[in-house]
Amino acid sequence: MKPELTMAVRTGGDAETLAARARRLVRVYALLLRNSIIREMNFKVNFLLWLVVELLWFALQLVFVAVIYEHTDRIATWSKYEVVLLVGTHHFIQQIFNAFLLNNCVQLSELVRTGKLDFLLLLPVNTRFLVSVKQFDPGGLVNAGTAVAVIVYALRQLGLWPTPAQIVGFLLLCLAGLLVHYAVMFGLASISFWTVRAEGIVWGYYNLFNIARLPDAAFRRGWFKLVFTYALPLLLVANVPAKVLAQKLGSPWEMLLLVVMAAACHAISAWVWRVSVRHYTSASS
Amino acid sequence: MRKYLHVIRVALQNTLVYRVNFLCRAVFALVPMLATILLWRAVFASNPDQEQVAGYTLGAMTSYYLLILVVDALTAVTEDDWQIAADIREGRISQFLLKPIDYLTYRLCLFVAGRLVYTATAAVPAVGFILLLREHFVWPADGLTWAAFGLSLVMTGLLQFLISYTMALLAFWLLEISTFVFILFAFEYLAGGHLFPIDILPPAIAGALYWTPFPYQLYFPVSIYLGRVEGAAMWRGLAIQAGWVVLTYGLARWVWRRGIRHYEAAGG
Repeated sequence: MKPELTMAVRTGGDAETLAARARRLVRVYALLLRNSIIREMNFKVNFLLWLVVELLWFALQLVFVAVIYEHTDRIATWSKYEVVLLVGTHHFIQQIFNAFLLNNCVQLSELVRTGKLDFLLLLPVNTRFLVSVKQFDPGGLVNAGTAVAVIVYALRQLGLWPTPAQIVGFLLLCLAGLLVHYAVMFGLASISFWTVRAEGIVWGYYNLFNIARLPDAAFRRGWFKLVFTYALPLLLVANVPAKVLAQKLGSPWEMLLLVVMAAACHAISAWVWRVSVRHYTSASS
Repeated sequence: MRKYLHVIRVALQNTLVYRVNFLCRAVFALVPMLATILLWRAVFASNPDQEQVAGYTLGAMTSYYLLILVVDALTAVTEDDWQIAADIREGRISQFLLKPIDYLTYRLCLFVAGRLVYTATAAVPAVGFILLLREHFVWPADGLTWAAFGLSLVMTGLLQFLISYTMALLAFWLLEISTFVFILFAFEYLAGGHLFPIDILPPAIAGALYWTPFPYQLYFPVSIYLGRVEGAAMWRGLAIQAGWVVLTYGLARWVWRRGIRHYEAAGG
C-alpha cells in the first residue's frame, strides 16, 4: 500500500464526528482513484483495446435486438426502440458496476486465499468499503458514456423528452439496480471465506447479468419471472429505470419493489459479510 | 501414438478434479440460454397468426438453442488458450522442445480430455433441460444426416481448437493476449450462431458469412442436424469446413515455427 494512503487512513481517531469520517473516506477514495488511474495508464494500448472489446459486445447485443425486430413488431408490449433503451440502460448499469466494483468483488477470494486481507483489516477504515472500491477501472466510465449515447438515441426515436424529474428518478433507480448487483455479487464473493475458490461462482453470477437486459413482459408468468423478480431481482434492475424513461411503468409499485429488493439484498449481503469475516482465520503468513 | 493416449488418460484424471467447477459453469450457462428461449417464445406469442417466425417454428427454434448448448459443450475451448499463453509466457514450453512430444498434438489431447469430462458433467443439467422441453426437441431426419452431423461436429471441434491455439501463440510476441481473444470471440459469438441462427439474417449477409470460418465453429453442425441445410449445399458446406480446418492447421504450424524462433524461454 502506498505511504500516502496509509497517511490518509491513519489520521482517524475515536472521537471523530460523522462529517469528519465522511471527509476522511472521500480523501481515502480520492487517493485510491488516483492510484488506479496511474496504474491503468501504464498500459495504454491494453486500455484502448479493452474499450474496443466492450464496444463490440455492446454492439452485439444491439444487433441481436435489430435482428429479432426484423421478424416481429413487438415482443409482448415492448417495441424495438423501447428494447434498445432497455439494453442501453442495462449496459449503463453494468459498466458503472465494472468501473467501481467488479474487479474488487472478483479479487476478494484471492485476498482471502493469500491472507492479504490481514493488511486491510488492520487499517482504521471500514474494511468492506476498502475491499469493495480499492480498484477503479476508468474504462467502465467511457463505456457508460456510449451507453448514455444509445439511451438518448433510443429516446429520440421514441419521440420522448424526459423531464428532469424522470431523469433524477432514472438515475436513482439505476443506483438501486447497481446496489442489487453489488450486494449479490459481494455476498457470493464472501463465500470464499469458506470454500477459498469462489471466482467460479462470482463469474457465474456475472453471466446472469445478461438476464437483466431482457424485457420483463416477455416472461409473463411462470417460475422464471418469479425467481428473477423476488429471489434474485435481475428482471427489476434495468427494467424499472428504463420503464421510467419510456413511460411504461404499470404502477409506481414497481419502483418501490426495486428499492425494497435492493435494500433487502443489501441487508442479507451485509449479514453474510459480517458472519464471513468472523470466520476468517488468515492464511499462513 | 501410445504416449499421446497416456497424455489423454492423465489429463482425464486431472480434469475430473474440476468436475464440480464444470457443473457450476454448465448450470450458469443454462440460465441465460433458457432466458433466450423464453424470449423467442414471447416473440412467437406476439405473432399468433403466424406459425413460423423467420422460417422457424417454435419447436425448431427451441431445438436450435438446445443443440447450440450441446455442440458448444462438446467443442468449445474454455481454458486451453489461457493455459497455452501462460506456458509460453512463463517458459514452460521449453520442456516440449527437448522431449519427443509435439506440442500441438499434446494440447489437442488435453483439449479432447477436457471436452469429454466437461460434456459428461454438463450432460446432467443439459439432459434434464432437454427432457423439460422434450415436446419441442426434434431428431435428425435419417442416418445420413446423423453421419454428416457427426463428421461436421468433429471438424467443428478441430476448428475451435486450432483457431484458439493459433491465437494463443500470439503470446510469443505479446504479453497480454486476452483482448485479442475476446475480440475474436465477439465475432464467433455473432457469426457462429450463438446469439441467433444465421439463416434468419438477410440472405446477402448470411451468404457472405458462409465463406468465413465462424459458422463452422458452431452453427453448421446444428443446421445439418435440424435439416436446414441438405444435399449439395450440405456437401459444399462440409467441404468449406474441411478447407478451414486444413488452412488453420497450416497456419498454426507456421505461426508456431515463427514463434519458436522468437522464443526466449523466459523463466525457464
